[in-house]
Amino acid sequence: MTVPSVSGAPIVPAEPLHRRLGLTDSELEAIHERLDREPNGLELAMFSVMWSEHCSYKSSKPLLATLPTTGEGVVAGPGENAGVISIGDGLAVAFKIESHNHPSAIEPYQGAATGVGGILRDIFTMGARPIAVLDALRFGDPGDPRTRHLVDGVVRGVGGYGNCVGVPTVGGELVFDPSYQGNPLVNVMAIGLLEERRLTRAQAPGPGNLVVLFGSTTGRDGIGGASVLASATFTDTDPSKRPSVQVGDPFAEKLLIEASLELIERGLVEGLQDLGAGGITCGTSETADRAGTGMCIDLDAIPRREPGMAPFEVMISESQERMVAIVVPERYEAVRAVCERWGLPASIIGRVTADGDLVVVEGGLPADGHPVPGVREIARIPAAALTSDAIVHQRLATPPPRRGDATTVVGEGVGGLPERGMDPGAVLLALLGSANLSSRRWVTSQYDQDVQVNTVAGPGRGAAVLRVKGTAKALVATTDGVEGVGALDPYLGAAMSVAEATRNVSITGARPLGVTNCLNFGDPTRPEAFWQLSEAVRGLGDACQTLGVPVTGGNVSLYNESPAGAIAPTPEIGVVGLLDDIALLVGPAFVADGDRVLLVGEAGAGLAGSAYASLAGIAAGDRPPALDLQRERALQAFVREAIARALVASAQDVAGGGLAVALAEAALWSGLGARLRLGVPASPAVELFGESPSRLVLTCRPRQAPALELLARQFGLPVEALGSVGGDRLVIELKGQGATGAAEERGSRVADALDMAVGDLLHAWEHGLPRALGQEG
Amino acid sequence: MTVRVGVVVFPGSNCDRDTIHALTLAGADPVELWHEQASLDGAAAIVLPGGFAYGDYLRAGVIARFSPVMRAVAAFATAGGLVLGICNGFQVLAESGLVPGALLRNRNLRFVCRQVAIRPERLDSPFTRALPERATLRMPVAHGEGCYYADEATLDALEREGQVLFRYVGADGAIASPDAPANPNGSLRGIAGVANAAGNVAGLMPHPERAAEAILGSDDGMWLIRSLVESAAERARAGGGMVGSPR
Repeated sequence: MTVPSVSGAPIVPAEPLHRRLGLTDSELEAIHERLDREPNGLELAMFSVMWSEHCSYKSSKPLLATLPTTGEGVVAGPGENAGVISIGDGLAVAFKIESHNHPSAIEPYQGAATGVGGILRDIFTMGARPIAVLDALRFGDPGDPRTRHLVDGVVRGVGGYGNCVGVPTVGGELVFDPSYQGNPLVNVMAIGLLEERRLTRAQAPGPGNLVVLFGSTTGRDGIGGASVLASATFTDTDPSKRPSVQVGDPFAEKLLIEASLELIERGLVEGLQDLGAGGITCGTSETADRAGTGMCIDLDAIPRREPGMAPFEVMISESQERMVAIVVPERYEAVRAVCERWGLPASIIGRVTADGDLVVVEGGLPADGHPVPGVREIARIPAAALTSDAIVHQRLATPPPRRGDATTVVGEGVGGLPERGMDPGAVLLALLGSANLSSRRWVTSQYDQDVQVNTVAGPGRGAAVLRVKGTAKALVATTDGVEGVGALDPYLGAAMSVAEATRNVSITGARPLGVTNCLNFGDPTRPEAFWQLSEAVRGLGDACQTLGVPVTGGNVSLYNESPAGAIAPTPEIGVVGLLDDIALLVGPAFVADGDRVLLVGEAGAGLAGSAYASLAGIAAGDRPPALDLQRERALQAFVREAIARALVASAQDVAGGGLAVALAEAALWSGLGARLRLGVPASPAVELFGESPSRLVLTCRPRQAPALELLARQFGLPVEALGSVGGDRLVIELKGQGATGAAEERGSRVADALDMAVGDLLHAWEHGLPRALGQEG
Repeated sequence: MTVRVGVVVFPGSNCDRDTIHALTLAGADPVELWHEQASLDGAAAIVLPGGFAYGDYLRAGVIARFSPVMRAVAAFATAGGLVLGICNGFQVLAESGLVPGALLRNRNLRFVCRQVAIRPERLDSPFTRALPERATLRMPVAHGEGCYYADEATLDALEREGQVLFRYVGADGAIASPDAPANPNGSLRGIAGVANAAGNVAGLMPHPERAAEAILGSDDGMWLIRSLVESAAERARAGGGMVGSPR
């Protein structure tokens, strides 16, 4: 409705409050139903953060319900702050991955830093000491000045926070793809170790117990982080959203870690919850709802960072480094003393009640249900309405019109590297030196990788390996996301991501324990984007089911779109595995001269989505390679068994860049060459650079080769003896129909062999990333 | 009898537990010394561990020097007690004036975490006595402010007086000049660690406690830890009263 003003110009009435808070009209209706009355402004603000996509999973909940979540040793699964799985000896591992994409796009340092801080709190809230961080990062064109600014800020942010709190960054990914140009991804996984008996839940049991807020004070930073930033499509550089980015203080976090773990160790708290997205509203309603209780919060008791804050600002502020503890009244003094020792203010801000409502008052706490004179109730919402009974949307999923067709198709021969007539050595050098496959050291050397003295294998060479002090065990962790395939086929991309992540764990000899996932997708109200999400969740579920790994938690990040378009669907998969005897650990690098090199598994057709395709271009109509989950399962079971029988010297996964890159990495990481012959039934590009999953390069002592080959066949796996480790060159002779055909066409035999000095491979690999980012000439 | 070694814990220390772990492996009896305490609990030697004491706000190590425990450490050092500062601990010692020089931001203005090679410049100090002859030690660095700086006259004096304890070296064993790849932070004359004039207080940027077990990639750091523990035990025997009972 518009009315003419005195001047004649129409006056547009302000948008109603609920819309300004990001709630739709139908969501307002749903709030009416739950309250049976009009919400006031404060209540509406509380609903807006709790019903945001980020906090409520309102679009993804029905999909996530289909995932397998139970399995051997699972102590805590989805719905808790982090998944927890028993590893024996009375110990358990807690782990979770979470996104901080939009804050990092706006303010890369603080966005990434608080991403680390938030996921660490999820871990120590469970009673676990954080022992490792892995960061999976995705950006647009590395040559673009804005990308470089984002990379620099994010890397400094991850390091600035993780280095200070004393948690090593042991792995992760850094991928460049044009689809992330307007919307980078910052996914951070954290891992913690706990004594199983110290497992602490984020719940508020026992009416009459105190609600204690400790850590930093509450300010105006991060107002609407969950609703404004994380749950809406945005224009990439909008400075007006900077106030919604939280500001991190790793020193405060370090104190919070120590104080929280001491409180848990001494049995002083009944429940513990960190305040992240949704702030106090989230921390109080979730803990109450989980315990089936209610809570009365005294707004005046919440220490502020600045004067004049409105009640809604206090209730939804996402000021960092704050915790809520549920404490039996008699133990409050002891809790306060622990916090004080660590220099952290602690305040009683409320009490647990029995009525199931989250009540906010001003003027004092009603004691035992009897209101104090002057107390004013300013909000009353059933805790469940904010959390477990929050709105769920059934979104429309529609496949794109030409499903399965390669959307990145370019003509054959683009870039001067056609399928036939190529020089495989030149292609290998280009791949090794590419922004995506070269050494990540320029980034990882800015992270403390070793603090806590558990890091047996840090970032850069396959999965990270952390010994477990006081035992013979090791934890093995990785993150993987196959976005190239995900863009063409989201089901396949998700399944391949699970296959690759679990494979990276299995090839060390470890058994994958569980999966945490960060689902990065576009606007779920767009049917095609929601179809991508639902397909990916289906692929995730099928892969986890077949490979026998439970999903123990994760995070959904939607609305990853910018004016330039949506990101490639990116299911980022984090896996933690357990190696019972660290003495059996196997690495990916070649070990000794004379060792036999075996290829287990076989290449299938399809180059779409591969690193080779993005370098060389692919033929129109090409598809991504297929994945056989049963084959993958057999492959991983085989390699674990082979390692347990001490038959394997090194085990390397064939992934980005294909077999040639896998062999080159094994060579340049060891400084040892190899002399190999590879069968090429059809296409040298497919054999050398194709990224068919379910393949491994294994090496073994010569006398163990027969036993290893036999074992592979017993698991139903094809195995090909390629040759031996040795010398200072990587030589791969191509034999068979495909190789001969290629040579005849060119009238030359030169390209029937790839023959490169290991030193040259190393040089290309080491300098690729800093060159791509303009850090060296 | 195991010798008691105190490990100072500032708010923000994050290598205290690692240092305690390494000292335990070396057969010592490590005790935590909280930053607010004014007593050193009878420790025969003190280690200031790595981390970000008080958040390293303002400047690395600058706030820590005003803590009660540092007053006690300074008095202990002045009386000839053994004090070793590692990384942030080195920064605290330098800020406190207990060792010469200053640690500036790394030359490339980025945090650096990687393996380095360091060469001990003397084997007769309390911190290097257990080292093998002509050893090059491999251990990690992890810091943002590790560029050792002093004026030319001070550097000359340090070299003359034998106060340079460790230098970064290249694969060929040559001293890594400030711009050499083997020098992780631009330290002048490749200096990785120094001692005070009396030789009882030392600091270094590399982390020996992170190179104390072969499974972590190197156990070269154990030579340093063991040197400290041996020296502390010797002083405890000579001085008496500074030896804890076995736990």
